[in-house]
Amino acid sequence: MKRASKIYTALIMIFLFAPIAILLVFSFNRAKSLSVFSGFSLYWYRELFRDSETLKAVRNTLILAVSASLISTVMGTAAAVGINKLRNKFLRTALDSVTNIPMINPDIITGISLMLMFVFVGRLFGAATSLSFWTMLIAHITFCLPYVILQVLPKLQQMDKALPEAAMDLGCTPLRAFFKAELPEIMPGVVTGLIMAFTLSLDDFVISYFTAGNGFQTLPIRIYNMTKKTVTPKMYALATIIFFVILTLLLISNLSDDESVRKRREARANKKAAKEAVK
Amino acid sequence: MKKITALFTAVLLLCTLALAGCGGSSKTLTLNVYNWGEYISDGSEDSFDTVREFEKWYEATYKQKVKVNYTTFASNEDMYAKLSSGAVSFDVVIPSDYMIARMRENNMLLELDFKNIPNYKNIDETFRGLYYDPDNKYTVPYTYGVTGVIYNANVVDEADAKGWDLIWNDKYKGEILQFNNSRDAFGTALYKLGLDVNSSDHAVWDQALAELKKQAPLVKSYVMDEIYNMMESGEAAIGTYYAGDYFTMLDAQAEGVDLKFYYPERTNYFIDAMCIPSCCQNKELAEIFINYMLSPEPAIANAEFIYYASPNSAVYTDEGYIEEMGEEAMAILYPEVEDFAALYNEYAFRSLDESTLDYVNSLWETLKIN
Repeated sequence: MKRASKIYTALIMIFLFAPIAILLVFSFNRAKSLSVFSGFSLYWYRELFRDSETLKAVRNTLILAVSASLISTVMGTAAAVGINKLRNKFLRTALDSVTNIPMINPDIITGISLMLMFVFVGRLFGAATSLSFWTMLIAHITFCLPYVILQVLPKLQQMDKALPEAAMDLGCTPLRAFFKAELPEIMPGVVTGLIMAFTLSLDDFVISYFTAGNGFQTLPIRIYNMTKKTVTPKMYALATIIFFVILTLLLISNLSDDESVRKRREARANKKAAKEAVK
Repeated sequence: MKKITALFTAVLLLCTLALAGCGGSSKTLTLNVYNWGEYISDGSEDSFDTVREFEKWYEATYKQKVKVNYTTFASNEDMYAKLSSGAVSFDVVIPSDYMIARMRENNMLLELDFKNIPNYKNIDETFRGLYYDPDNKYTVPYTYGVTGVIYNANVVDEADAKGWDLIWNDKYKGEILQFNNSRDAFGTALYKLGLDVNSSDHAVWDQALAELKKQAPLVKSYVMDEIYNMMESGEAAIGTYYAGDYFTMLDAQAEGVDLKFYYPERTNYFIDAMCIPSCCQNKELAEIFINYMLSPEPAIANAEFIYYASPNSAVYTDEGYIEEMGEEAMAILYPEVEDFAALYNEYAFRSLDESTLDYVNSLWETLKIN
């Protein structure tokens, strides 16, 4: 039984990571082929850094992902606080469902309807073109919002309601109580929401595709458009770099989390020891 | 966690700076170009960077800065959807022939002012006045190509390698790749049967379906751009694709694979042409760009990069280009240039009417289900 479970785990790991491993290996291939490895080379990495259109697409993707995730985190956290304070049960459920629509709705429908709306509004104001970076940003914020709310709301519900009240008792203004007492409590949820929004925005294709204007192309769209001819190995190199950057970020954040948890535990143990000693 | 937040803020600040830097002066002109992906020489692998070179050339010639916004699409239908939504504006687009015909019928194209495109003289007579633009008013051809059969000479007997029969040959069961789109796949069957590929008679399409059903047990898989890897690695031995793409495969073929190419007698021809859509914001600049694309240096660079044949005589008569491509490639890419118009008019795909298109797609579904 134990062996079976080990084999099962191994199989899952292989299916999860074999594609990434293949991509990684072939990004160092000298030849253009995906089937024959004809020697180690950094050729495709050099090519990647010379491809100004692809680098521009990477930059666009990052600009969009960072701004969309930051804005949607701020908006989403505020919305979650608001929803949490609602006393009317009916209104609350209604609001909850409405915020979930962009998440449940198929991407293609969100994409098309957003595009139609942008075109309609653009025509209303007599603009020659309506799609641009800003429409894409609005679209990305729209689909990122529910994920942020979904991360922050449970944290707010878990939080002791007396916490902000206590802060205000001790002289905080409501705003100050929020930043000093509530926000640190719900911070893990906010950060998870931020990271989720970032990754969602980073690899979104369908919605971006419908709302992209001319001259602002994100990486997923650029790669998709290469399929008339063939996707060049430059893209393997790029994917490898992105993979390692994300991996390092994850490692750093996990390590720093561990560190802070350890410190807190130590502090608590010290306090306990001190109390015992006083007794 | 603080670190992540700090990192985010840092990246955001950088990006804002980068964006602000893009603002530039108001004197800079913008040109929006919409083209197929990987369909221009873009400076990779030490090639000519067409877009940057155009910007430089324009500034040197007209003493004014121009910024080219180069955007790509993956299919004619994608491009059409984007343009007809009215949400974007482009100054130059490069679609294929049948889509140009459709755009022209829907008044989506502007007439070109050939005074601004003197290099049009380089386009041979045989590439002018074709059905999608009979009066030469709207288009300047960019590339053209022919569908042919690619095979691995180490597996396939040379004697079998002729006509469309090769992809119906049961000797090579499980080695054959067929197109994974209805138009091209039905096309191969119709050419094989000697029928009209633009027929609106349902019986003709039924015959093609019967032929494709006969072929189905022999087919390894129905593919589009997956064909590159499968042919290069020797995983499959026979496939049909465009002549230009054969050279891309040839460049990357594995050891023990010997790819060869030939044209069946009746086959599909396509042209991709530059035109100016009605949403264009700066028509003169667009025409100057089209003219630049026809001038020898960029035209040759593009033809060498894309590997498709060029209808530009400054390209296919250029000695450097002929030497670079090699005699064999020239023979494959430019077969009987002078007969092009006749063959094109007789065999090339045209857009089908709505009801035929629906019928063909439903037949295609039945083929794919079985």
